[in-house]
Amino acid sequence: MSARRPAAGKASSRTGAVLRRRLVVGILVFVSLVLVTLSFGRDDGPLSSVQDTGATVLRPFQIATDRVVTPFRDAWGWFDGLLGARSDAERLRAENELLQQQLVEASLAVRENRNLKQLLAFRSGARFPDDYKGLAAAVIQRPTGAYAQSIVVAVGADEGVQVGDPVVTEKGLVGRVVRVADRSSRVMLLTDEQSAASAVDVATDGQGIIRRGQSPRSALRFDRVPKEQVVRTGDTIATAGWRTAQLSSIYPKGIPIGRVTSFSQNDTYPFKQIQVEPFVDFGSLYAVLVLVPEVREEPIP
Amino acid sequence: MTLAARIAPLVLVAALLQVSALAGGRIFGAELDLLLLVVLAVGLLRGSVAGAGAGFAGGLLVDVMALSTLGVTSLLLTLVGYWAGRYGETTGRGRRYAPPLAAFALVLLVGVAGALLHFLLGDAVPAGAVLVPLVPTAIFSALLVVPVRSVCRAVIGETVQLERAREVELV
Repeated sequence: MSARRPAAGKASSRTGAVLRRRLVVGILVFVSLVLVTLSFGRDDGPLSSVQDTGATVLRPFQIATDRVVTPFRDAWGWFDGLLGARSDAERLRAENELLQQQLVEASLAVRENRNLKQLLAFRSGARFPDDYKGLAAAVIQRPTGAYAQSIVVAVGADEGVQVGDPVVTEKGLVGRVVRVADRSSRVMLLTDEQSAASAVDVATDGQGIIRRGQSPRSALRFDRVPKEQVVRTGDTIATAGWRTAQLSSIYPKGIPIGRVTSFSQNDTYPFKQIQVEPFVDFGSLYAVLVLVPEVREEPIP
Repeated sequence: MTLAARIAPLVLVAALLQVSALAGGRIFGAELDLLLLVVLAVGLLRGSVAGAGAGFAGGLLVDVMALSTLGVTSLLLTLVGYWAGRYGETTGRGRRYAPPLAAFALVLLVGVAGALLHFLLGDAVPAGAVLVPLVPTAIFSALLVVPVRSVCRAVIGETVQLERAREVELV
């Protein structure tokens, strides 16, 4: 094996070609850098008019090219869309389900927000009973049937709730607490068979007791009202809030209960028969206020 | 017809297509840089000077039509054409894999260099949007450069002046 150098012929022409090549590239790179320098960040620079003119000249060619390729581009777009249609459909279906779920949650949140705002307005308003503080509570269990007229709310002994505390909404009386756990309480509604509250006709001062109604059409009845008392249709019934030396009603005075829808009396029953439509819709309770007395009275021995 | 007269329409058509039809379009996540492939093919087929000239002219056309900063694309494509020409004149001569390999490498290099250049000029360069499509674009370009080179060869022919190696030859 032997080594030899390649022939040195035409060395000068090769050197010239190399020089020419490097010169051309150097000039082009230099011109590019000059162009960048002159046109960078200048809309009114010396090259902008040249560029504008060039763009104007080339514009028809651009438009023509665009028109020529538009059908092909559309065809590709259609084909590409067809390829992605299945995955798009699946994605949109999942997205739709998610959005529907979010819509439901948002609707519930709006309603809850509206209820809480109304409760807040009631709690800070003039109608709110003195000597009580209102614990806002979400209703975490609603009446499960016609025979269970009670709800469970999300406040309990930890928040200071005790058995017998009244429960209201901004519309009126709901019921009273009958059982207390650490962080939840069971509330017996006014519509329960065992529920009763002393009440008064706000307009005529007629006294009586609010109980569960005897027919499905009337949720409440205003009972034990003597026949001589005056009660009119449309009168508002509110809690009486009576107090004696040793006893007092568990309900504060003046909490609205409902409106008189009809009344009657007969010879066989010693009291008026008064039907009352409650202000509170017991079927759609979402938030309530538990009225906790600021000063608890000592129980009677 | 001179070489420049044959290269000019090729570059013009590629630049027009690049600005109008292919701008912003993607195929399977890859962007198609036809002008780069044409410049690369010109460099491989006709040498570094022709490649650099084609790159400069094509880049200038794109910059003019897009009303962007003049010289940016010219600079990048000039270097692409020159590098492709030198590759075709030396290492890549006669190699069948040279065009795809050059296309793959150049697309990556131009992508990174372009992002860097635009960053230096103060343009917003979201790295994810710029760099993520580079690999599929490079792969797609490596596949597409073969038919592009064939078309270019049909138009401008192939006469690269091959350089003889200067090293000591073993005989």
